[in-house]
Amino acid sequence: MEGLRVAGVNIRRGGRKIVADAKFSAPVGKVTGLVGPNGAGKSTLISAIVGIERPEAGELTFEGANLVAMGRRERAGICAYVEQSASTEERLSVADVVALGRIPHLPAWAVELGSDDETVVAGALEKVGMAGFAGRQFNTLSGGEQQRVHIARALAQEPKLLVLDEPTSHLDIRAQLQVLHLLDGLAKAGGTVLLALHDLNLALHFCDWLVVLDAGRVVAEGPPAEVLREDLLASVYGVHARLIEGPSGPVIAYEGTV
Amino acid sequence: MRGKKPGGRRLHFLALVALSLLLLASATIAVTFGPADISPTEVWTTILHHLGLVPESPVSRLRDAIVWDLRLPRVIAAMGVGAGLALAGAVMQALTRNPLADPYLLGLSSGAALGAVTLVVMGFALLVPVGAFLGSLAALGLALLIAQLLGGATPVRAILAGISISALASAMTSFIIFWSATGDSYREILSWLMGSLSGSGWVDAGLVAVSLLVCAPIVLVSARGLDAFAFGDKSAASLGVDVARLRWTLLGASALLTGVMVAIGGAIGFVGLVVPHAVRLAVGSRHGKLLPLSMLVGAIFMLWADTMARTLFDPRELPVGIVTALVGAPAFLLILMRFRRVT
Repeated sequence: MEGLRVAGVNIRRGGRKIVADAKFSAPVGKVTGLVGPNGAGKSTLISAIVGIERPEAGELTFEGANLVAMGRRERAGICAYVEQSASTEERLSVADVVALGRIPHLPAWAVELGSDDETVVAGALEKVGMAGFAGRQFNTLSGGEQQRVHIARALAQEPKLLVLDEPTSHLDIRAQLQVLHLLDGLAKAGGTVLLALHDLNLALHFCDWLVVLDAGRVVAEGPPAEVLREDLLASVYGVHARLIEGPSGPVIAYEGTV
Repeated sequence: MRGKKPGGRRLHFLALVALSLLLLASATIAVTFGPADISPTEVWTTILHHLGLVPESPVSRLRDAIVWDLRLPRVIAAMGVGAGLALAGAVMQALTRNPLADPYLLGLSSGAALGAVTLVVMGFALLVPVGAFLGSLAALGLALLIAQLLGGATPVRAILAGISISALASAMTSFIIFWSATGDSYREILSWLMGSLSGSGWVDAGLVAVSLLVCAPIVLVSARGLDAFAFGDKSAASLGVDVARLRWTLLGASALLTGVMVAIGGAIGFVGLVVPHAVRLAVGSRHGKLLPLSMLVGAIFMLWADTMARTLFDPRELPVGIVTALVGAPAFLLILMRFRRVT
């Protein structure tokens, strides 16, 4: 089933075109990876999808509903966003941070959450395996734990589409695998997950669908093992690499730069 | 676990009630303090009499005048200034994500000082509040204009522009004082620069109250929006918050509030910085709780600081800014140490 559809999206920043005529889709129930070299426009495209930035032209729809024409709050109820690593100076408990996800669903002047909201918050923490951390100060958690709390905050928005911008970049490998397993589970439970990723081997392993962005253009889209061909790695990333068959699927072995 | 347990709501409500009662009691006691001894009963009889609820007051005319004309308006002005500065400080800290932000961040106090000092040396000492208010708004406007010219008024650009405007206005203020201040005006200027509520009357109390009644509700209904800023603009925008509109609305409201407070009391330091941090330490950063509690604590703090300022060295008055700094600076250090332990 078609989830997110991006068609003909152009984004210009300070006169410079960052994303040009981007077109791809992210299917429901799948983890879709957005990969590409630094500066390819991944973050900018993601900003437009979650409504932080307005595209100059193009269509963004989710299950047929036009995201661009939607009100901010309605859109935040459909689509949630997790940054690379978002920190705060504020004194917030883990439960407080997850409760931020209820903002699109609450009247602006509500001081406290309703009991339904608290159930959603507790459920979100449960889903990311952080149920016992509700009362901890957010700033005392490890990077991986903080990122899982951010995902719980996004889940508390009860979104249909979860968009993450390089959520694993600052994490150690164990925390990276934990986060990616978590996202895989969310997709299998019927959610739509779109994430920007740097590590192509992790993309190969965890993504069901892959979109390659280069210099603001979508240059390939499809199942990861079909997309990440040796010639594409050379032309987009400028590296020599071979795809070899590992014990749990294909693996990219890098051999040098072009 | 703040707010997550069923008791959280009740606890917040209890804190609001307790602090309100403490404020009322403090105000009553503060009015009894001073060269003439006046009892709390006399205070309330006088207030009720003026409100038309007690037709015949047994309080003598002189004592009635001391309560109603001298002490009460000043006490009300002090509470209002404290509440306003604490609220504006909490908002500025959240909006700029800068824990060191205070209400004067965007050049408001230096602009006000320049306006006030100019009028004092020109001999229009009575118009000082007007000069201060216009000066603070001019500085803010200039800071925002410069930020806009630099390529868009983002918080960082606005702060940087504010710093340069601030430095410029301070230099001009110093120049004017150095060049033209005489003995009398010098003392007047110094007392204003350090912050003082000396001589506040009903007009001042009224202005403070009206600015609070206009600005505080605008800020208080945006508490959830401010919460969304905890992880920055992008995260707030993705939560459905209209970041630009909320930022300028709140900045406008707190600048107006600060402008009035500075006009009435001068640049009283530390209240807007320390009070929100102290409250945050107690109840956390959720603004639905933080903002109203900060207003109450700010009002109580300022009320006692001003009472100390006018009574400690009676008959001489201390500028209240000295008291707030003497109490505020060590309190700020204590808070810093507590923060280090828990985060």
